[in-house]
Amino acid sequence: MSSFAWMAWTIPTAIFFVLLAATLATMTWLAIAYPEAERFGVLRIPTTRGDRLFISLIVAAVVHLLWIGFVGTDPIATLPIGEGIEVASLWIATGISLVLAVIIFRTV
Amino acid sequence: MDKTVNQKAWLLVLPVFLIVAFSAILPLMTVVNYSVQDTFGNNQFFWNGLGWFKELLDPSTDLGSRFFASLWRNLLFSGIILAIEVPLGIVVALSMPRQGWGVAACLVILALPLLIPWNVVGTIWQIFGRPDIGLLGYVLNHMGFDYNYVSNDFDAWATVVVMDVWHWTSLVTLLCYAGLKSIPDAYYQAAQIDGASRWAVFKAIQLPKLHRVLLIAVLLRFMDSFMIYTEPFVVTGGGPGNSTTFISIELVKIALGQFDLGKAAALSLVYNLIIIIVCWVFYTVMTNAGADRQANKGVA
Repeated sequence: MSSFAWMAWTIPTAIFFVLLAATLATMTWLAIAYPEAERFGVLRIPTTRGDRLFISLIVAAVVHLLWIGFVGTDPIATLPIGEGIEVASLWIATGISLVLAVIIFRTV
Repeated sequence: MDKTVNQKAWLLVLPVFLIVAFSAILPLMTVVNYSVQDTFGNNQFFWNGLGWFKELLDPSTDLGSRFFASLWRNLLFSGIILAIEVPLGIVVALSMPRQGWGVAACLVILALPLLIPWNVVGTIWQIFGRPDIGLLGYVLNHMGFDYNYVSNDFDAWATVVVMDVWHWTSLVTLLCYAGLKSIPDAYYQAAQIDGASRWAVFKAIQLPKLHRVLLIAVLLRFMDSFMIYTEPFVVTGGGPGNSTTFISIELVKIALGQFDLGKAAALSLVYNLIIIIVCWVFYTVMTNAGADRQANKGVA
């Protein structure tokens, strides 16, 4: 593993990329198992599941950055685990992104 | 009617996928890793969470003020060069000859600036604009203008903008010329029968037909100018002060000048996001503009 030391891996970024890879793998499997046709949604552009995932990811990135810029990442709660784990308000942005992703997958 | 699906074709994509993995995906993952850490060299990294992003998006910090200043500067630069190059490119394309030896001569002359490497373009204009030995700087100063791109903000901007116009207007022109050549003669004959003026021909025939190539030209020029590095770096080095420090120059200063890999990684990711969004919007608009026209044709 020392040959990967230059990539400076951390546990959180590793989890992030594993989730991203898992999402892409799931979408690939879906595309093979249940092929679909393009459809026109509220944006009036033809989209497939992959397009909608792409839009959702971009929207999620923008929502998180806007949240960091305008609201910040101060803790909003402390979980009673061990000495207490602080929960950053950024998780609200993650929640908003997930809701938006559902809306995008249904309407776009 | 069943189509045969041959999944073996995927194997042919494998080499490209491997190359992209090594040249783009792994480096990009590394940048993401850097963006949440701090380093003092020696390949030792310390967890910093979202600290760099907080700093980057807060204009009251050093990093944030530099990011937003260079971002607005870059958007202003892209806006100015698009406002000049697109209309100028169309005018030049419209005034080019349609046949005869002039076509080849014009195309060769127009293609020349596009063939010159970017750092050479920078060097040409750096020398051209010098008040002591450069033709442009010398003449301007002897005409009574106090022109010096090294010390005056406006002169530096004017030099960088004119250099970009000189370098890239040809691209817009060549694209527009190709678009104009594809208009069938019948359209012009019909316009002549109707007694249409030159302006009416341009507005009703040429401009609508140029719609698609113009979108491509605007996309290419916007992306290129938004990512501009070499020419202003060679001519002004981002100065005087910070007046021509565009985002990529700021990025290199932070990453390689100060060796702040974490800050530079956070900045690159946000920069990358902006470029991806703009690309996606342009691409979607472009492909659907074509689709709309096809649909309209089908109806007609």
